[in-house]
Amino acid sequence: MLKNILLISVSMLVALPLASRAQENNCITCHQDLEDQDGPSHKIVRDIHFQKGLMCNDCHGGDPTLDDMDDVAESKGYRGVPSYTEVPSFCARCHSDASYMHEHNPSLPTDQFDKYKTSVHGQRLLKKGDTKVANCISCHSVHEIGDAKFPHSSTYPLNIPATCGKCHGDTEYMSQYGIPTDQLEGYKKSVHGKALLENHDLGAPACNDCHGNHGAAPPGVSSISAVCGNCHAFQAELFDASPHKQAYIENDFPMCETCHSNHLIVQPLDAMVGDAEPAICTECHSSDDGTIGLATAASINAGIKKLVLAHNEAEVVLNEAIEKGMLTTDEEFLLNEVKQELIQARTLVHSFDSTRVVEKTKVGLLKADSVKSNSASLIDEYYFRRKGLGVATLFITIVCIALWIRIKRL
Amino acid sequence: MSEKKPTETSTMMKLYGWLNSRFETDAFVEYMKHKAVPVHSHSAFYYFGGISLFLFIVQVVTGILLLMYYRPGADSAYESVRFIVSSVSFGWLIRALHSWSANLMVFAVFIHMFSVYFTHAYRRPRELTWLTGMGLMGLAMLFGFSGYLLPWNELAFFATRVGTGMAGAIPVIGKSLLIAMRGGEEVTGATIGRFFGLHVAILPGLFTVLLSMHLIMVQRQGMSEPVEWDKLDPSKKTYQKFFPNFLLKDLLVWLIVLNVLAVLAVFFPDGIGVVHWPLGVKADPFSPPPPVIRPEWYFMFAFQALKLLPAHILFIEGELFGIAFFSIGGLIWALIPFLDRKTAEGEKSKKVTWFGIAVLAFMIVMTIIGYLVE
Repeated sequence: MLKNILLISVSMLVALPLASRAQENNCITCHQDLEDQDGPSHKIVRDIHFQKGLMCNDCHGGDPTLDDMDDVAESKGYRGVPSYTEVPSFCARCHSDASYMHEHNPSLPTDQFDKYKTSVHGQRLLKKGDTKVANCISCHSVHEIGDAKFPHSSTYPLNIPATCGKCHGDTEYMSQYGIPTDQLEGYKKSVHGKALLENHDLGAPACNDCHGNHGAAPPGVSSISAVCGNCHAFQAELFDASPHKQAYIENDFPMCETCHSNHLIVQPLDAMVGDAEPAICTECHSSDDGTIGLATAASINAGIKKLVLAHNEAEVVLNEAIEKGMLTTDEEFLLNEVKQELIQARTLVHSFDSTRVVEKTKVGLLKADSVKSNSASLIDEYYFRRKGLGVATLFITIVCIALWIRIKRL
Repeated sequence: MSEKKPTETSTMMKLYGWLNSRFETDAFVEYMKHKAVPVHSHSAFYYFGGISLFLFIVQVVTGILLLMYYRPGADSAYESVRFIVSSVSFGWLIRALHSWSANLMVFAVFIHMFSVYFTHAYRRPRELTWLTGMGLMGLAMLFGFSGYLLPWNELAFFATRVGTGMAGAIPVIGKSLLIAMRGGEEVTGATIGRFFGLHVAILPGLFTVLLSMHLIMVQRQGMSEPVEWDKLDPSKKTYQKFFPNFLLKDLLVWLIVLNVLAVLAVFFPDGIGVVHWPLGVKADPFSPPPPVIRPEWYFMFAFQALKLLPAHILFIEGELFGIAFFSIGGLIWALIPFLDRKTAEGEKSKKVTWFGIAVLAFMIVMTIIGYLVE
């Protein structure tokens, strides 16, 4: 409903200028008579290019003032409709022209076509002539191209998974490429997908944040397997310094993906690290593999479990103190610090150094103990107050009764 | 026992004799022996003056104790109050008693004032007692207003900004008054300094002077008798001795109030319902104000009435009209002993009674609307 209202509003906003421009532009005058509502001449009103003042001839060339289509086709600069393979260079005429783009949208990069040429899509289309792969209009649509900042655009962050999934989620369409088609389904169930699609957190990564927009990978990333480090910098740094880095390279394991998967990245659990099922460590390590792998994993698991338990116990006691109306601001702050220590300990798991993890959990354990004992003292104080009130009230009441008797005797 | 009693008595008598020889206390005792309090169907209202006094004493004592740890200033006020309620032994109790006794005192003062009004006890010769009482009530409300900011928490900050902003609407002196109250254009640490000085030095000084005058007048003139008694046969009038009868009853009421105060302070240290003073978060002048800013309950009727006024009434601004309305209303209320000629002549004035009912109804209705409307 909202989308329709938005579309109608945008259409009405551009209707007046369209009417005046149509008088000078015979493309629209004729094509609107020939096409239904889904035709390019009708859809164009929602297009960012049209809204910015570009007309049909700016892309397709030709003289728009001519009445006859045959005359237009023969007029100067007429380019007509590009073939599927020609589309990238068709768009790049303007979008790769830095001086032209500077006049219209200086914030937009002009290297999309160059990047596209390095991507799998670009290479297959331009070198092998595979017209099933995506070109510009596959993702951006055609004649109703929207600014990526607007929610109705196919490249708006919330819409990107569906835009990519249109092909990559279609098993039949992708059958000849031999790659899985469950990425979209996996992503939807992942922690990133839920954040973006369910919680509408625009900071959460969509497909393009890891795979790049037009190129093969985001800038500065040598391999897609290292892309996680762009956001999860601490984890990546710890991992790079850990013994696992070299082992993964030697065994040709993808980095983060080995433990966390790629599209179906679920919320990591503490049980993922340990010496028994369901720990992932057991998939590579065994007790007789000659490494300290499982012993380290067991130690890390025990340390984190202990801190989680201490945090939960402290939280229960603190909540009881809060329910009793005691002032617990300091304890609440301290419990937040315990939570912070726990987060840091979980991050340190990526160092695969049990000493570092256990040292961090010890700091958290001390704080959790303080929260627990302070909250318990507050609960004791609560009962002390009531007992004190009971004694004081009883004393005052006895004095009141004595006074009452004295007054009655007057 | 029978042997010991005379010894005790003689010791007491010796002490009394020692005092009497120096201060001539016999005259005072003699005066007190003959002092009488009228007994009638409205006698219960005589205790509300005493209750107000008792609650004031509780506030003085708890206020002095709070002063031991409270540190005024934008960087220290909130922290010191938090320290008082979380770390100082019985600090929470002292703050709760201080806040509860403040609210109960204003409540008791209101009952005291309206009971005096409706029994027409302000009439000659007690005009000045009424005026000093009005002054005391005004000071009590100022105590509440100035004390509310001192914890420097979010609620206090924004309520004070609204409250002092209203004072700024007064013509001619408004702007100067606002700057004088805030110590600048905005509510800042300078405002705490001013409110603190007002709360612990200026107001207590003025209050002590007015209270002494009020009590001396009450003692000198005695309790007011009902208007109907002016024409009543003396044989039908009943009295009780002030000492010890009334004084002991007063003491009993004080003890009951102390008990109620203790229960409220222990069970609801941060107040309850619309009467509450949780410490909450520290004031942050740059944070958005909370969705609902309300003054303390005893300012609500005026606050709500000003809110309901249109932007312009006739040719003057609505807020200005409201301030003028309350100023004139307050002046009429204060001068009622001089305006109510009929009661002074021994006959109850119905007009004055209806005026009082209208004022009370206005205050109650406006207060209720204030809490019902967001």
